[in-house]
Amino acid sequence: MADGNIGLWTVPLAVLGGAIRVSTPFLFVSLGECITERSGRINLGLEGTLVMGAMSAYGISYLSGSPWLGVLAAGLTGALLGALHAGICSLPRVNDVAVGISLMLFGTGLAFFLGKPLIEPTAARLPAIDFGWWSDVAQVRAALRINVLFLLGVVLAPILYWAFKTTRWGLLIRTAGESADAARAMGHSVLMIRLRATMAGGFLAGIGGSFLSLFYPGSWNEGLSSGQGITAVALVIFARWDPMLCLWASLAFGGAAALGPALQSVGVTSGYHLFNAAPYILTLLIMIITCSPKRTLSGAPAELSITR
Amino acid sequence: MDFGRISRRHLLQGGAALTLGAAAGLRPAFAADTTIGFIYVGSRDDYGYNQAHAQGAAALKKLPGLKVIEEEKVPETDAVEKTIESMINLDGATLLFPTSFGYYNPHMIKMANKYPKLRFEHCGGLWSEKDPKNAGSYFGYIDEAQYIAGIVAGYTSKSGKLGFVAAKPIPQVLRNINAFTLGAKLANPKATTQVIFTGDWSMPVKEAEATNSLIDQGVDVLTCHVDGPKTMVENAARRGAFVTGYHVNQSPLAPKAYLTGAEWNWEALYPKFVKMLQAGESIPNFYRGGLKEEVVKISPYGEAVPEAARKHADEIKAKFMGDGYTIFKGPLLDNKGNTVITAGTERGQKDPELEKMDYLVEGVIGATS
Repeated sequence: MADGNIGLWTVPLAVLGGAIRVSTPFLFVSLGECITERSGRINLGLEGTLVMGAMSAYGISYLSGSPWLGVLAAGLTGALLGALHAGICSLPRVNDVAVGISLMLFGTGLAFFLGKPLIEPTAARLPAIDFGWWSDVAQVRAALRINVLFLLGVVLAPILYWAFKTTRWGLLIRTAGESADAARAMGHSVLMIRLRATMAGGFLAGIGGSFLSLFYPGSWNEGLSSGQGITAVALVIFARWDPMLCLWASLAFGGAAALGPALQSVGVTSGYHLFNAAPYILTLLIMIITCSPKRTLSGAPAELSITR
Repeated sequence: MDFGRISRRHLLQGGAALTLGAAAGLRPAFAADTTIGFIYVGSRDDYGYNQAHAQGAAALKKLPGLKVIEEEKVPETDAVEKTIESMINLDGATLLFPTSFGYYNPHMIKMANKYPKLRFEHCGGLWSEKDPKNAGSYFGYIDEAQYIAGIVAGYTSKSGKLGFVAAKPIPQVLRNINAFTLGAKLANPKATTQVIFTGDWSMPVKEAEATNSLIDQGVDVLTCHVDGPKTMVENAARRGAFVTGYHVNQSPLAPKAYLTGAEWNWEALYPKFVKMLQAGESIPNFYRGGLKEEVVKISPYGEAVPEAARKHADEIKAKFMGDGYTIFKGPLLDNKGNTVITAGTERGQKDPELEKMDYLVEGVIGATS
């Protein structure tokens, strides 16, 4: 093992490693939310879905010994919560933002309640693939121990991009999001499309949660998410509802989250609260730079309740 | 094996419930059938602060004639007053342990004034003459245990670089960082402690990132002061680094990587409090103690701890247990080169100056702001 002192190089390396380690939940939640919002509905409850996913993945992995079953369980739990959101929103005059907030509280509360006996035990973790075998620098190897879920997310982003653009399903989701009337005129049930889109979104968000509890930080506790689900929902807006931009934005957020601890570790200690706030400052900056009083956000689905 | 653990745990819980039932049947034999209420700010299985208190509560459950009731996840707001009221009025609790720092003032003080015949014991508060006489505060000098963990860490580290994942730069945390560093310097005068503040008591992702960053810098022994050390311990062990624990014994999480740890010893203190009350004495309103008074303790050494470390650590521990030993004595410099304790001055554990600590000693890499 090369016990190299790599000094200041730690910072870019930690940001890279952090981008890979921390970004996965952001990526899955934002891709999921992207599908849901493209169909014309906002699901703010994904924070609750993320936490429920983390809890159910940990529980199932612990009881069955198979982390992959845990991932599946997290996805199904997420889809169920998505169905609940879509079901309530199908009723007349129901505000999807309000339902989302209540589902966020419901999801976290239920996860804390059911997850109580899971805080102490240790469940089987997801494996990592070693992509750093070519390097003798221990730090590089540690940064490049990559989880399969991250790779899945990275592959999923271009697939979604392509699907929105060229497939029939993508077109239907976009139609429901841009003009419900048009979709109805074509003979499709808007509610059904949105139900499926919200369930798919919930499924992905649940899987994002399973990454938190089964890989990194890698155990179930109540502070696990600390708002990452809600951040990911905001991330979709500044990624302009584009799956590829969601990928870059998630990576940037992951890297930004690693910046604070990394700078402190090389001795840049002043203003660490500021560096810890880096992801949020990034959001604000991008929002300010891209906003314009003259037009609505470009790329925003016209049926979304926040833009309508 | 994991299955074994949970079933054993449930078995124990079931057993405790049975004993409790049996004790209830025998109760007329004891004059005082006391109900004791414990209130935790988080989950009592957190491998951390709350679990330490829950272990103390579990020790009381074993005593005959006592009924222990517990409530978890009570926020540090007037929610705790409601919990206290319901424990008193519905369960008949006569001794209460609201264990989190923020419960003390104004919530617990208000309740102590409202129920002057009941006893309230708070962990970490600073009881003063102005406060009600039926309230008390207790705390432990856990920096003594951190000092010994520092010695062990200093001997075990090959790089001489130690890491400390801390929540916030408040006096109790700084005191632990400083004691840990001074202990390590006893073992290896060149040892340094790199500290990373995460900004809050429970930030699992930040704690994991801090752990990874420290190890990337060449740190090979880590410790922490956050509410749940589980994240740090597991992530450090995965990277092949050693750890010393905090709050409770975390060795089941990483048996090979766990060297030792600074633990609370509430399971020794709480039965003492109850015995004082049963004997008709009152608990001192302001109660403090360290290793000698059995308020804190040290985890058993792990197999990776070298012989020299065990010997040196045991030697210092014997001094704490015997005539006493001073961790903070002059001349002591902070890490900016200022003298914080002048030569010839010894700041013993009870020195109030130590409860106002706002510096990091020489050898700590990091800053309080």
